Amino acid sequence: MSATFDPRRVMTDQDVKTISRVEELSYELKIRDVMTARVHTVTPQMQIVEVLDLFREKRISGAPVVEGAQMIGLISLEDLIRAMRRGNGHARVSEYMTTDVITVRDFEPVVTGLEVFARTGVGRLPVLDEHGRLAGILTKGDITSGTLRALHEDFQAEEVRRYRASHLFEDIVSDRTSLILRYWIKPRDFQHGGQASSDIKRALLRLGADAQLARRCGIAVYEAEMNLIIHTTNGGIIKVEIEPGQIKMSAVDDGPGIPDVELAQRPGWSTATEEVREMGFGAGMGLKNIERCVDKMTLESTVGAGTRLTMKIHLQPRQGFNGASVSHSERATA
Amino acid sequence: MTLQDLINQLKLKPLTGSQFERVSPTAGYASDLLSCVMAGAQKGAVWVTLQAHTNIVAVAALLEMSAVIITEGAQPDAATLDKARQEGITLLSTDKPTFEVVGRLWEMGLR
Repeated sequence: MSATFDPRRVMTDQDVKTISRVEELSYELKIRDVMTARVHTVTPQMQIVEVLDLFREKRISGAPVVEGAQMIGLISLEDLIRAMRRGNGHARVSEYMTTDVITVRDFEPVVTGLEVFARTGVGRLPVLDEHGRLAGILTKGDITSGTLRALHEDFQAEEVRRYRASHLFEDIVSDRTSLILRYWIKPRDFQHGGQASSDIKRALLRLGADAQLARRCGIAVYEAEMNLIIHTTNGGIIKVEIEPGQIKMSAVDDGPGIPDVELAQRPGWSTATEEVREMGFGAGMGLKNIERCVDKMTLESTVGAGTRLTMKIHLQPRQGFNGASVSHSERATA
Repeated sequence: MTLQDLINQLKLKPLTGSQFERVSPTAGYASDLLSCVMAGAQKGAVWVTLQAHTNIVAVAALLEMSAVIITEGAQPDAATLDKARQEGITLLSTDKPTFEVVGRLWEMGLR
């Protein structure tokens, strides 16, 4: 297990678990996405000295040798040096080129290129298209800059989404604008427990909420969400209503209802089953946690009819939802 | 002190996550009760627990923890590991009991 990526190694399940975004990209990106498409080529009839001039002028260190539409070899600076040392500057390219050329296909993933580089130790790989014609050339530098470009695009896409969302409340004019998010929570669905709260937290961050506020909402909704999963008969609905000055959240279900609402709010009190407690729930602290995170909490319940938990957070002008009030550092760490 | 240092010194087995040398935990917390963790753990903390089910990922993600150390050799299932990778949560595993892990973390200077 390591953070560095060695394409020569066979991937084990253990490795697959630790794949980073960069490694993912090496599978997603195709060689054609990162290769240099405009290739300087030479012909087999050219003289070594002519190629040397071309290399110097174009600042390259190798070129495919092309005859007609066909690539027949590769000539590198090393081949040129070999020729020059023997005083054969006027020899033809065809005498010194490498004909046994390793190539890759433009539709193959970047990781294939990495594997070939690692296996063969060559510095550049001619890239052929599906018809076997020269489509470009690939160096390790191409892979590095192509991957960085893709990462940058990922990052920008998220920035743009965040920017657009954070201006929502400025851009849309009404006497009272609010954004309502609804989540249906299924009973005993521990597998998805925390999904709604995580989605809500992300939505708030995109809308430009500061990290502390998003965290408070996240924790409050998480506890409400788990209560629906653990205790309800048919699950329930979480609703988050976001306005420039406040956030109202509610968790509503249709049963079984809480016999003693006051007792339910006492720290340490829980009616969770042994099985649920073994998973670490039912500490009897959920409602207490919610109370701590929100400005106002109301719990109403009728046995046989259901429970309604409402939570409200008032926003300080600084935390409010208009893009301008959110500092850059907060957005970066969000 | 980075996650890589913790992994080396406590011989932890990484289950998810990468680039451990780039993450520096800023606090620690130990509990198996999720609501306690919700109430008490700080952002950037290392959380030591013997819980290994999916919801530890939700908790760790909401609190933006730097890692979860799962003790006593408890093994998260595939869905939990998937979820952790998706949320970018580092899960580390050890056979040692929570008490010992916390003791070692404290010795290493994590407060």
